[in-house]
This record gives sequence, structure tokens and C-alpha cells, in this order.
Amino acid sequence: MSYSRITLTVNEVVETVDVPQHMTLLQMLREKLSLTGTKNGCTAGECGACTVMMNDEPVNSCMVLAAECDGANILTVEGLAKQGKLSKLQDTIIKTGGVQCGFCTPGMLISATALLKRNPHPTENEIREALVGNLCRCTGYYRIVEAVKEAAGE
Amino acid sequence: MINPHPGLPELEYVKPASLSEACKFLAEHDGAAKPFSGGTDCFVRLRDGVMKLDYLVDIKGLDGTNELTFDAKKGLTIGAAVTMNQVARNKDVIKHYPNLVQAANSVASYQLRNRATVIGNICNASPAGDTIGTCLVLDGVLNVTGTEGKRTIPLSSFFLAPGRTVLKAGEVVTSITLPPPPAGMVGVYKKLGRNIISDLSIVGVAVMGYPYSKSPSGYAFRIALASVAPVPMEALKAEAILSEKKITAESIAEAAEAAMNAVTPIDDVRGSARYRKQMVRNLTREALTEVWATLNK
Repeated sequence: MSYSRITLTVNEVVETVDVPQHMTLLQMLREKLSLTGTKNGCTAGECGACTVMMNDEPVNSCMVLAAECDGANILTVEGLAKQGKLSKLQDTIIKTGGVQCGFCTPGMLISATALLKRNPHPTENEIREALVGNLCRCTGYYRIVEAVKEAAGE
Repeated sequence: MINPHPGLPELEYVKPASLSEACKFLAEHDGAAKPFSGGTDCFVRLRDGVMKLDYLVDIKGLDGTNELTFDAKKGLTIGAAVTMNQVARNKDVIKHYPNLVQAANSVASYQLRNRATVIGNICNASPAGDTIGTCLVLDGVLNVTGTEGKRTIPLSSFFLAPGRTVLKAGEVVTSITLPPPPAGMVGVYKKLGRNIISDLSIVGVAVMGYPYSKSPSGYAFRIALASVAPVPMEALKAEAILSEKKITAESIAEAAEAAMNAVTPIDDVRGSARYRKQMVRNLTREALTEVWATLNK
């Protein structure tokens, strides 16, 4: 098996990791760095449970090789809270009841955080469109959309 | 297909230092190596065992692959590593090729479009590729580099069969050039998926129209169809009808009928051949009507 040694920043911490070259970023986060907040759903870039930020843009981490991430800056759900304080969106998704089983929540939070960064005041349609790649089997999406609206200050 | 293994099969990741190195490696490992940028098509196929490779060759950052430039004379050049989101938010693309923005934004989800590329969409050579039709009607030309140098390939002669192209061993598509759009061009991409957005296309219709004094109708229309033949195709007969006859609801309906009769779709998990044919007619008519309404303003 061929390995790559990569150095990257994950949630503001610099990590050097030896990764098998066929390992995905998702597997590396969960299996090498024990960051299990990022979920493994479909492994096909469809469900969005594995969404993380890579160099400030959301990506499906199952669709990225860890070996490609040398020098990358990664943000996972574990990095959203600062000094023990939840982000505004994390607060509002709890408040609106946008979490049921919780499996989609980490990816949802990353996608929505990315949306609010590029568009601080999205319309409901823009929110729904931005979250089209994050599937939720529990909530029916309504409360998740409400949480994003509330975090956007509407 | 259910695969209990969450990741990719064992393979080597190759990051060449130059384009010539990449071409040489690909030529030496023909059949066992493939170039990739976002990986959104090949990772899934590798995982499912549909594609088998020993090497994935990362072409991001190599000569010309990051280019995204517009020139009023030359047109738009999109490098192989340029993502669909980069295309869709580029000011020149929005201004001159709004139909390409529409096509790119119809692909999957925002986060997937941060990895997916237009060139990848083309080289994957799926009949369903959403950005291919628009590049076809805009007369896109692929810029290709191989071990024996560079060549250009018109997109219209690139596809052989599903997943198969005219690329030779060791050749890499580094970019596509779309000529400047014809003056007064109006274009749309109509996509029918199982959902309103994000799904693969059951039928995709890319239509472009513009004033053209040399044709009897005074207009030229181009119509490309996705997911309804072994390769992305143009509805030439339908285009001819709209060139010859005065543009009316009747000639548009006739052209849409001709488009339907030109396609050879299959039954698959997303739709039956019969349904696809009818949807080609309906979506072509809808797209032509929409383009004509804007042209005729």
C-alpha cells in the first residue's frame, strides 16, 4: 500500500498524518484524527453528511482524497464552537428543533455556515437551494430552514 | 449498488510536477491510470467496482488547467481544474454565457460543484452530462495535450459511446474554448430530473438562438439533447426547420417533434424510453418558446 505524508490544518490545529493514498478525507478525519462528528452516509457525494469546509468552501469529504489535502485548511463540525461557545447557527438549530437523529446535522451546519458566509441574508429559496445536497430523513427540513433564517437575523 | 466498504479500493495517488510528466505517466500506464480533478464521477465508479484503476493522476494546477479567462475575440477558456462553482460565479461567464451558468448550476449540489468540473463532465462522456449540451451549441473546442504535443478537438467530434471518447493514450484535456457567443444570443438549459434540482437528468435540453440574416427565417437555433442517445447530440433536423420556416408556435412545435424523432433513448432506472422521447418534445418546445419570446421582444 502506498502512503502519503501530508500536513494540513484541521480546526485551526496543524496535523501531520501518514495516509494510504486511496483514503478519503472523510476516512482520515474519522479514522486517523478521531473527528467522528463528520458522518459517513452515502460515500457518493449525494447525502452531504460528510460535508466539511476545505479552504473556505464546503465539499463532500468522501469525494476528496486525503493525499490531495497537503497544505489544506479544513473545518469540521467540531471546529464551529469557539472556547466552548456554540456558533449562532448551532444555537438556533437547537432552539428551532432542527435536530432529530442528528446524523445529517454536522453536514447541515457546515453547508449552512458556508451559505451565511457567502450570502449573509439568504431568502428561503436560497437556503433550500444551498442545502439541497444535505439530506435529512427526520425533520422534513422545515425547522432546519427556520434555524438558518434565525441565524441570519431574520 | 450497496457496497459495505465506505472508501475507495487500493490505488496510488500520483501528483505530477508538469503536464508532460502527467502525459508520459498516463501513456505508460494506459488502462491503469486516469487523470482526475474533482473525482466526483470516477470516485463513485471506483468505489462501486465499475471502474478499476491502479493510479489516479491529479492534474489540478498543471499548465493551463486553472485558466478561466474571457477574451472578446477568442472567447471563454475554462481549464480542466476549474470547478462548476468557479464557472457559475465568474462575472464574464454570467455576462456572456448565462446558459452555461444555468447548466452548471443544475448539477448536483453546491458542495459537489466545488469539486466537479466542466472538463470532467465532458471527459466522463456520460450522455447525461449537464454542461455538455451548452458547450456543444456554443461550438466548444477542446485543448488537448499528449506525449506527442498539443491538438484541438471540436467537442462535436469528441464522443464515441457512453464513457468513450477519441482521446488517445497519454492525452489530457487541459481546457475548453468556447468562441464568443453570437450577437444577440439567448440560451437556456432545461433539465428534467426526478427532483426539481440536484438530480441526474432524465432529459436535458440546451437551446440557443440568435438573429442570423443568412437564414430564411432570420434566426439560427441550436439544440443539444442530453440523456437520450449514446452520446450527447444535436437535433440537426429541428435546427434546419427553424432556419427555413418563419418562427411561429407551429414551426416551434414541428421542430420539437423533429427533435423527439431524432433521439434514441433507453429504458433505465430514471425513466422509460417512451417517456424520454415525449419529454424531449415537450422540453424542446418549452425551451424554444422561451428563447423565442426573449429574441422577439
